[in-house]
Amino acid sequence: MVAWNKLKITVHTTETENYLYKNSFDVEGGNFSNAGTVSTHIKSILKNIGLPNNIIRKSAIVCYESEINIVSYARKGIINLTVTTKTVEFDIIDEGPGIPNIELAMEQGYSTADRQIREMGFGAGMGLYNIKCYSDIFNLSSEVDKGTFLKIIINIT
Amino acid sequence: MKLSDVKEILDADVIVGTEKLDMEVKTAFGADLMSDVLAFAKAGSLLLTGLTNSQVIRIANVLDIAAIILVRGKKPPIETINLAKEFKIPLLTTKYILFETAGRLYAKGIVGCLEQVEDHSAHN
Repeated sequence: MVAWNKLKITVHTTETENYLYKNSFDVEGGNFSNAGTVSTHIKSILKNIGLPNNIIRKSAIVCYESEINIVSYARKGIINLTVTTKTVEFDIIDEGPGIPNIELAMEQGYSTADRQIREMGFGAGMGLYNIKCYSDIFNLSSEVDKGTFLKIIINIT
Repeated sequence: MKLSDVKEILDADVIVGTEKLDMEVKTAFGADLMSDVLAFAKAGSLLLTGLTNSQVIRIANVLDIAAIILVRGKKPPIETINLAKEFKIPLLTTKYILFETAGRLYAKGIVGCLEQVEDHSAHN
């Protein structure tokens, strides 16, 4: 457990929640040259907060794969990040084609990636599987032709 | 060993990071699939890869990879070089293929950043 009082971080308090950091980041679909920039930014935020290295690593992995998914498949998306004293939470919402068969999409090696995605070194059907492996709570829901919602929680303790 | 030893062993050219050749490295990970790099590469390790786009640098940055060794004589595009400079990540290139690169480093004492994957994250 991190000694938060030593880190000079303000704990924000509203009626319903306590958090150390909360922000939203836009991700542009199809912009392959910028893919990963939001995750790079979020990783440096988590480092500045002073989270343990293993938590930063897990967060970076799930955030990066999620960002690549938005860039690869959606028109646009938002990565909402909330850091509390106990968890790192990502609410990732995109507007795009959605996932017709979630069970199939979760399978290792299943992919609908095109050439551009594979040239970046992704698209081997490992993304969602990796995200699930490195999450403590993983919740994926989707509506075809509307978009996809991914909730990820990583426990700090 | 030092990164300068890695450079010697692999007869590598240093594209970015000549000022960081004193850096100590002990472990490495090699893959061309970035999802596997994200899942398995560890902080402080060398990353051996044949992929040269800017994703390699961004991923190395978020994982705190010590240095990147491009194998099979790959020459990275200018965006990749510029990003490596921005993030201060040493970028080397060797003519050896991935297997030879790994073997030559292993023979001199560099080991994998992990030996085997665990069951829950294994690729079947």
